Amino acid sequence: MPIVWLFLIVMAIAAIGYVLGRSRALQSAGGDSRDLHSLPVFYGANVALKAVVPAFGLLIIWLLAQPLYVSSQVSQTIPDSVIKEGSSRSLVMAEVRRTAFGLDNAVAQGDITEELARNARADVADMTQRLKDAGQVVTSNITQPVLMAAQSYRILNSTGYFIMSIVVIAAALLGAAFSWRQTHSEYRARNVVEQGIRVLLLAAASIAILTTVGIVLSLVFNTWEFFKLYPATDFFFGLTWSPSFSGRGGSSALGVLPLLWGTLYISIVALLVAVPIGLFAAIYLSEYASPRVRAFAKPLLEVLAGIPTIVYGLFALLTVGPLLLGIFGDGGLGWMKAGTAVMTAGLVMGIMLIPFVSSLSDDIINAVPQAMRDGSYGLGATQSETIRQVVLPAALPGIVGAILLAASRAIGETMIVVLGAGAAARLSLNPFEAMTTVTAKIVSQLTGDADFASPEALVAFALGMTLFIITLGLNVFALYIVRKYREQYE
Amino acid sequence: MNDMTRVERQVDTNKIKLECRDCQVHYGETHAIKDVNVDIEDKTVTAFIGPSGCGKSTFLRCLNRMNDTIDIARVKGSFKLDGEDIYDKRVDPVQLRAKVGMVFQKPNPFPKSIYDNVAYGPRIHGLAKNKADLDDIVEKSLRRGAIWDEVKDRLDAPGTGLSGGQQQRLCIARAVATEPEVLLMDEPCSALDPIATAQVEELIDELREQYSVVIVTHSMQQAARVSQKTAFFHLGSLVEFGETGQIFTNPVDPRTESYITGRIG
Amino acid sequence: MTDASMPTPETGRHSVSLTAPDARTRKRAQAEKRFRAYGIIAIATGLFFLVVLFTSILSEGIPAFKRTVVSVEFILTQQDREEAESELFKTKAYSNLFVTALKTELDERGLNVDINEDAIERLLGKVGGTIRTFYSENPDKLGQPVRFDLAASSRVDGYYKGRVTREAMQDSRFLQKSDLDLVDAMEKAGIIKQAFNWPFITGADSGVDNPGGAGIGASVVGSFFMMLVVLALSLPIGVAASIYLEEFAPQNRFTDLIEVNISNLAAVPSIVFGILGLAVFIQFMHLPQSAPLVGGLVLTLMTLPTIIISTRASLKAVPPSIRDAALGVGASKMQAVFHHVLPLAAPGILTGTIIGLAQALGETAPLLLIGMVGFVARGYPDGFVAGFTEANSAMPAQIYTWASRADVAFYEKAWGGIIILLMFLLTMNIIAIILRRRFERRW
Repeated sequence: MPIVWLFLIVMAIAAIGYVLGRSRALQSAGGDSRDLHSLPVFYGANVALKAVVPAFGLLIIWLLAQPLYVSSQVSQTIPDSVIKEGSSRSLVMAEVRRTAFGLDNAVAQGDITEELARNARADVADMTQRLKDAGQVVTSNITQPVLMAAQSYRILNSTGYFIMSIVVIAAALLGAAFSWRQTHSEYRARNVVEQGIRVLLLAAASIAILTTVGIVLSLVFNTWEFFKLYPATDFFFGLTWSPSFSGRGGSSALGVLPLLWGTLYISIVALLVAVPIGLFAAIYLSEYASPRVRAFAKPLLEVLAGIPTIVYGLFALLTVGPLLLGIFGDGGLGWMKAGTAVMTAGLVMGIMLIPFVSSLSDDIINAVPQAMRDGSYGLGATQSETIRQVVLPAALPGIVGAILLAASRAIGETMIVVLGAGAAARLSLNPFEAMTTVTAKIVSQLTGDADFASPEALVAFALGMTLFIITLGLNVFALYIVRKYREQYE
Repeated sequence: MNDMTRVERQVDTNKIKLECRDCQVHYGETHAIKDVNVDIEDKTVTAFIGPSGCGKSTFLRCLNRMNDTIDIARVKGSFKLDGEDIYDKRVDPVQLRAKVGMVFQKPNPFPKSIYDNVAYGPRIHGLAKNKADLDDIVEKSLRRGAIWDEVKDRLDAPGTGLSGGQQQRLCIARAVATEPEVLLMDEPCSALDPIATAQVEELIDELREQYSVVIVTHSMQQAARVSQKTAFFHLGSLVEFGETGQIFTNPVDPRTESYITGRIG
Repeated sequence: MTDASMPTPETGRHSVSLTAPDARTRKRAQAEKRFRAYGIIAIATGLFFLVVLFTSILSEGIPAFKRTVVSVEFILTQQDREEAESELFKTKAYSNLFVTALKTELDERGLNVDINEDAIERLLGKVGGTIRTFYSENPDKLGQPVRFDLAASSRVDGYYKGRVTREAMQDSRFLQKSDLDLVDAMEKAGIIKQAFNWPFITGADSGVDNPGGAGIGASVVGSFFMMLVVLALSLPIGVAASIYLEEFAPQNRFTDLIEVNISNLAAVPSIVFGILGLAVFIQFMHLPQSAPLVGGLVLTLMTLPTIIISTRASLKAVPPSIRDAALGVGASKMQAVFHHVLPLAAPGILTGTIIGLAQALGETAPLLLIGMVGFVARGYPDGFVAGFTEANSAMPAQIYTWASRADVAFYEKAWGGIIILLMFLLTMNIIAIILRRRFERRW
């Protein structure tokens, strides 16, 4: 793993720089650290920082930029004639990349020599066979242009990484040497180092922004690709969801409405379970329960929130589903065909959300000032009258915010619906029927065999975009309400 | 501690509304109220004065069992409202509080309209036969709270939007609307400016016509202005109880005198 | 005192005795009781769900920790071995030796059953191969009695645990009704027994056809490497970001932007992080699919907001007087933070980090998208670096894989996997609670 080595080399340069910088500073002060502007460690840290930061910055930028550059270079070498009807340049590039990857692995395993892998005149059929023998996944027929593109892809990449290593090491050395020369007793090392650390702290904080940008870009870019292959109106207003399994497009109907309906229906069932139970539990815990009951029941309820969703998914699939089927299925009321259904997923999701609703509501109810309650009790209201007519109306905005947050959780929940809701997309009102959701389809479209460049896979990004926008909107709105509510009583 | 019996004279003709004997309150480990005996008379303003933390508010909250809402508070002794023990097991505190209303230190209107604030008590106690009746009660109460003229045009506005003095008068109107027999006021003017305070004090004087009013105050001047009877609390004990004029001009207990002249407190 | 009904001229209410509640008060008291009951019912329902959940986890999962083994004592001499090795079908020869030994053992106990080799293969798998491998690895055991504990097939295991019944089962290439006679005979002879299923804990996934041999060990290792990545990245980055926001950030637009971003990221569905990981780390940066490194990176991005929020809370809890004291003796702001504030906030930060890690450990949805389910983790990684980059599974992904397989026998494994996962989570949470209790400081 060359990057690991590169990392270690840069760290070593930094360590040596630290020692040298420190000793040079001490030397310039005649060995008496009191004559230095800053503590000796700062001089060392100054050298180390200036070795590490530019080098790693460069490394990260290079790692991000090189794939783009190499892909565009190689892509240009592929003649248009190679791109078959119904295919696209990106599909061919995916093949190129796979072949290059296969060559890499085969060389690493020793099945193919490096010279052969680079040999531009290598026989295509022979190479395909060799790759297959080496256990590499390649499409049945590598064409001559694809093989050549793959070879130039490999060569460009390895040259790129080689140059990168040299540049990064040079940057580290230069940074260290430069700051080492700067070092003398008057140099304000502490200020410089602290300034540097401050910038690093800021960079760490900015990762949150980078993540959001990354999410938005990856969704937007791929959604754009999808809408080039599939009309946006059909996606947003289509009433059927039936992707073809071939993964080559053409006969797929990819309407989002049945998925949105399934998502909404399951979320509503979940909220119908979670909100009454969670709210009444919160009311009881904050208004009625003795400290002992509270200390016992509150953490126990919150255990439900700490259980991973895969557990709930399994619980839905293997416990709740068969249980409901026993009651509502053919043996009982005859409304239910299979264990996986809106009801199954909704019920289990509701259980998962109980602690979410109850602890948020608990906080919000506790924020209602005691003076309100006293005012009501002072007029001779019973506790339940006080809660219903004074505390809850006062807490209402906050509770609405909490419910919206819970709704956003329900809409974004994946594992429970993947395992408990079924796979069929349909527009139906029967809660005992299997339906599917946006999240479940994201999983199924991206874990299948479909090519990443096909509409069947790209639709997952459009679904992700829909999901992201809905949940983000709900969250922003809910957080706004909750914040307004808090300000009211502060 | 029972030396206040010496000064207790029956000078008024009003009958005794609320009779308290040997009252003790414990807050967890703290003995907050010790052996207090007080008689609250009908149609009289009784003031409780004393330095902060002397227990006057705590004692006030015993009179309509507001201390029930505090887990760690324990109340002992006999409190008789018209001869009935209000701590009797059969008594529903809800019913008691309808008879013994309370106004708090900080104005605490509900986050509802002015109308709903006042109508809240009559509604929960079922005092109005119909909507017109309820309108009537609300208007009468707001008038009695001396705030009707200021709010009659905006009864649907939220009660929280009023000024501090208006809010407190609204709270008094709200308390009056349930037709209590005793009205407890816990430093009702401490959060108000002087003008609002004067308005509320005037109101208290009017309320005396119909109710027995008990007011806790940290201001001796206020006690002197509004009350007929005054009780001085110190460190959880009732030091002296008597005619307001007599307490302020001729206190019997040296501690009362020290407090009134500003040496303690 | 006598006139309990004070004439209150304008009141519309009849004053009644306090001790005799009127009808309305009684009704209100009833309503109060009902309301209270709703609260109790709600909590009871919540706790009931909790109990049902744990009961089904335990009752379904504990059998995964037991397996059925056939224990046969066996002596193979050098001569036997040479004969077997000289034959054309070597494993078959060993298998015959085993059948003979088994027959002898059953005969000794007076149980007469037909044993044919096909039945043995259905019950125990390829016995001959196992024996042959054992002796070629341990030639010194030749001629000595050796006790073989051979794992019974998952159907036999199911028969033993009550999952498969004689009435309900149909003959298939996996198990036939007649085989059950042999099982019953072996049970009477005490040859077949239940043992603790070590291979489940230490083993790797076995592929679709062999539920009996599936183990969770390899995916535990995968999860471990993933958590290493999450810890190594999210702790320093999260602490640095929190220090910046809490101690240094100026009040400006950019700071606001960061804050809004963090609070929103905390509520973004985890599957969206999976899409991000797929698009950025796999499609764009071409990092290896199914690798714990990629999983760790995705989970880091997901956990960061949680860690930042809890770290900021613990930094905020350090009173300003500590900072003032440090600045007062001439420390720079940076020194005040790193020498005084950070050490005081450390327990809180650690607690938050452990809880964040526990969350990340149980997260499944993003792992599905970066290819941790299509992959069958058949073995342990080859080394430390390979642990990060080689394709592997992770505990929750492995559980999902088992849950979505057709063979019902895998469900038991999935439940068993959940028990192991929950044990890890429990341990982490207990550590967090102990840390909090031990170092909690009240200012």
